[in-house]
Amino acid sequence: MTRALLFALLLLCLPASFVVAQVQKEEVPSDDPAIEARLAKLSKELRCLQCQNQTLADSPAGLAADLRTEIRAQMKAGKSDQEIVAFLTQRYGQFILYRPRVTPTTYLLWFGPFLLLLAGLAILFRYIKQRRDSITEQPLTAEDRRRAEELLASSGKETA
Amino acid sequence: MLKYLIPLGLFLVLVVFLAIGLSRDPAELPSALIDKPAPTFRLPQLKDPSKTFSAEDMRGKVWLLNVWASWCIACREEHPLWFEYAKSGAAPVYGLNYKDRHEDALAWLDEFGDPYLLSAVDLEGRVGMDYGVYGAPETYVIDKNGTIRMKHVGPVTPDVWSKHILPLVQELNRQGTNQ
Repeated sequence: MTRALLFALLLLCLPASFVVAQVQKEEVPSDDPAIEARLAKLSKELRCLQCQNQTLADSPAGLAADLRTEIRAQMKAGKSDQEIVAFLTQRYGQFILYRPRVTPTTYLLWFGPFLLLLAGLAILFRYIKQRRDSITEQPLTAEDRRRAEELLASSGKETA
Repeated sequence: MLKYLIPLGLFLVLVVFLAIGLSRDPAELPSALIDKPAPTFRLPQLKDPSKTFSAEDMRGKVWLLNVWASWCIACREEHPLWFEYAKSGAAPVYGLNYKDRHEDALAWLDEFGDPYLLSAVDLEGRVGMDYGVYGAPETYVIDKNGTIRMKHVGPVTPDVWSKHILPLVQELNRQGTNQ
């Protein structure tokens, strides 16, 4: 029963997916295994812009396929990884990099956590110091000394 | 007293940061191409593929380039508004038909009307890649020197038009070319 219902729902969804077809050039893997290996490595470092939480390697989005095709073509033309990354950041900005570069705008991102750590340590040390300062030595009075000796003497007898 | 004010202050700072973070659209990226020369292209025109259109043809004019496609749902939402924007005469409006089947694109313009002076056909999305397009609709404001001055991702709502695009276009129209 539920299966039939699901099937009916699925059928309802079908026409919509035919209507919104975009022109998509078929992605053809390179016949050079070296290029495919380089692409696999590089595309893990790059963000798919259409579905922003996926890498370019994983994404099924049309734009991701286009970009992979473009990267293959550039690798075939002898471009270095750095040149390809430069090509992409010129167009899509730093956002395409999963590992943002260290520039003045990303200083806070890179060094912020360490600043927070330092601030935390400073607060911790201040707290410890304050506590230590608040403890004052209290010399034993004659009465305290007599009681301590009495206790020691009695416990000495028990163990002996 | 201070002992309570400091954590409260820190908490309020956190709230402000989170509020700013939440009110921003994570899908909207700063364009890397702002204040950079608009990438050159020469593409066939949608309604007359024997003719071409190039960004170079627009030198000396402030113009708008709207990336659209028949498969793009948000473009449909935005489309009627472009008639008003074009009618305002603020700037010529050109279309970039992005990764669209030719017959689909023509049928779409037949059905909903054509607000564009013309649309250039970017069948494989190669020009879109040069412009950093990652989702239609996108709109570019290009100045008299052929420099991209603004990019808007998503439908140009009347609010975006009157608060951001129109004032910028008017300002750019006042400026001469500096060449």
